[in-house]
Amino acid sequence: MRHTVVVLGAAIAALLMPATDGHQLAPAITSTTVELPSGDALFPGGANADAINNNCLACHSADMVLNQPALSRSAWDAEVHKMIKAYKAPIDESDVSAIVDYLASTKGTN
Amino acid sequence: MPRYRNDERFQALSRRAVLKTIGAASMALAGSAAWADQSVRLPFASGPQQRQVTHDFPQKGPMILQRARPPLLETPMEVFDLGVFTPNDQFYVRWHWAVIPTSVDADAFRLAVRGHVNQVLSLSIGDLLKMPRVELAAVNQCSGNSRGFFSPRVPGAQWAHGAMGNARWAGVRLKDVLDRAGIKSGAIQVRFSGLDEPVVPEAPDFRKSLDIDHARDGEVMIAYAMNGDQLPLLNGFPLRLIVPGWYSTYWVKMLNDIEVLDRVDENYWMATAYTVPDTPHANIAPGQTGVKMVPISRMVPRSFFTNITDGASLPTNAAATIRGIAFGGDAGVAKVELSMDDGQTWQPATLGDDFGKYSFRHWQVAVPRLAPGRHSLKVRCTNLNGEAQPATPNWNTSGFMLNSVETAHVNAI
Repeated sequence: MRHTVVVLGAAIAALLMPATDGHQLAPAITSTTVELPSGDALFPGGANADAINNNCLACHSADMVLNQPALSRSAWDAEVHKMIKAYKAPIDESDVSAIVDYLASTKGTN
Repeated sequence: MPRYRNDERFQALSRRAVLKTIGAASMALAGSAAWADQSVRLPFASGPQQRQVTHDFPQKGPMILQRARPPLLETPMEVFDLGVFTPNDQFYVRWHWAVIPTSVDADAFRLAVRGHVNQVLSLSIGDLLKMPRVELAAVNQCSGNSRGFFSPRVPGAQWAHGAMGNARWAGVRLKDVLDRAGIKSGAIQVRFSGLDEPVVPEAPDFRKSLDIDHARDGEVMIAYAMNGDQLPLLNGFPLRLIVPGWYSTYWVKMLNDIEVLDRVDENYWMATAYTVPDTPHANIAPGQTGVKMVPISRMVPRSFFTNITDGASLPTNAAATIRGIAFGGDAGVAKVELSMDDGQTWQPATLGDDFGKYSFRHWQVAVPRLAPGRHSLKVRCTNLNGEAQPATPNWNTSGFMLNSVETAHVNAI
C-alpha cells in the first residue's frame, strides 16, 4: 500500500510539473547517447512475404506498411515505384510484382 | 461467516481499486511495465485502427507507435487535456530517414553556416549560448497530422490528431546567426539540414529551405531548449530550427548545416515532397489532376476537444464543462465557439491564458444539464486574420493540412 502511494505521488508530480513562467534559464546541454528499438519485425505471411521482407526492411520497419489503409492494386504499385524512383530503394525489378502482389492481397481494397 | 464474506468482498474490491489506481498512476511513468501490452484505438473510418502504446523509445513516455524505424510516435490525445504545453517526454516524433545518430557529443558538435555569406561559421553550442537568448511558445504540427481521417483514405503516416505539440522554445534568432556570417547581396533562400541521413546514399538527404526574408524575420529561431530542458534526441537534440506558424517539415531537427543560396532550392524535399495544391484549403477533388502545386507553408486554425471523445456518454443530471485546445495557425486565436446542435447555433468559449500567437490556447464552456439522447458537439476556431475552420474537410493526395471543424457525438444518459 505504501508503495502504491509513492507511485501515485510521483505520478501526480509528473502531471502537475508546471512549465516555467517567465524567462527560462539556459539549460545545461549535455552529451546524449540513446538506444533505439531495432524495429526489425518481419512481414507476416511466410514465403509470400519473402520479396517484401528482402527489399523493404532496410529503410523502414514493417509496421508502417501494415498500418496503412486498404489501397487499390494500382495505388500499391505507385507506392512501390515511388520508393524506387524518389527514395532510391534498391529493389530488384524482378521482385516488384511479388511485392505488389503481397500488398494487394494483404492490404488491398477487395 | 457473513462478516468473513463481507471482508473478502471488501478486500477484492479494494484490490481492484488499487490496481486501477496503479494503472492510472503509471500513465505518467515512462517505462512502466503496465504499458507493455497496451494498445489504443484510433477512431478512423476504416482499419487498421489499433496501435500499440509503446514506452520503448529513449527519453519518451507512453507514445502511440505508428512506425518503429525510423520512428513515428504519436502523442496520445489525453496528454493535451493536461495543459497547453506538451511534455517533452510525450511530444510526438517524426523522422524521414533511418540513419539517426544515437549519440551526440555536445562539446564536439558544430553548426556550419556557409554558402552565399561573407564569413563561413562553425558554431559550437557554447558559441550559441553566449548569443542573445530568445523564447517563444509555438505549436509544432506535422503537415500530415490527422491524415488517417482523410476520406477517401490516402497513403502515408496514419496519424490521428496527435502529430502536434506545443512547447516553449529557447535559443537564438536565426537572423542573429545569419548576420554574424554576413549575407551577400543576391541571397534568395536559406537551406537547412540535420545530422540524419538516408540509408541509401543516392537517396535525397532531407533538406528544407526558407525565403531569405522569412529566415531573417527575427522570429525564426534555432532552439537549444524545449520547455526548459535540452531537446530529447528524437525531437532534434542538440539544435532544432523553429519556424513559428509553419508546418513542422521546416523545423529541421539535429540542425547542423545552414546554407545561404543565391537561387531557389529545387531539391526533392522542396520541389516535390511536401507540396500542396495551390487552391483554397489545399483542396482538390479525389482524382483531380493538372493542379498547380506549391510548397506547404503556413498553418491554419484548428481546435480540439480534450475531455470528451467521439461516442462518449455524459450524465444528464449535472452541469458539465467541455474543454479543449485551439491554435490559430500563423495568427493568434480570435475566438473558439462550441455548437451543441450539430452546427446550427454556436456559443463562445472562454479562452485560457494567452501564451502568444503561435501557442495552443485552452478553451472551455460550462454546459447546463443535457437533455437525454444524442448530441452532436462541434468546436470551431477563428484566428486573428479572420480565418475560421471550414465545416467541410479538405482533401488532397498527400493528406496535408486537414483543419475542418471537429465533431464529437455524445450520448446523454
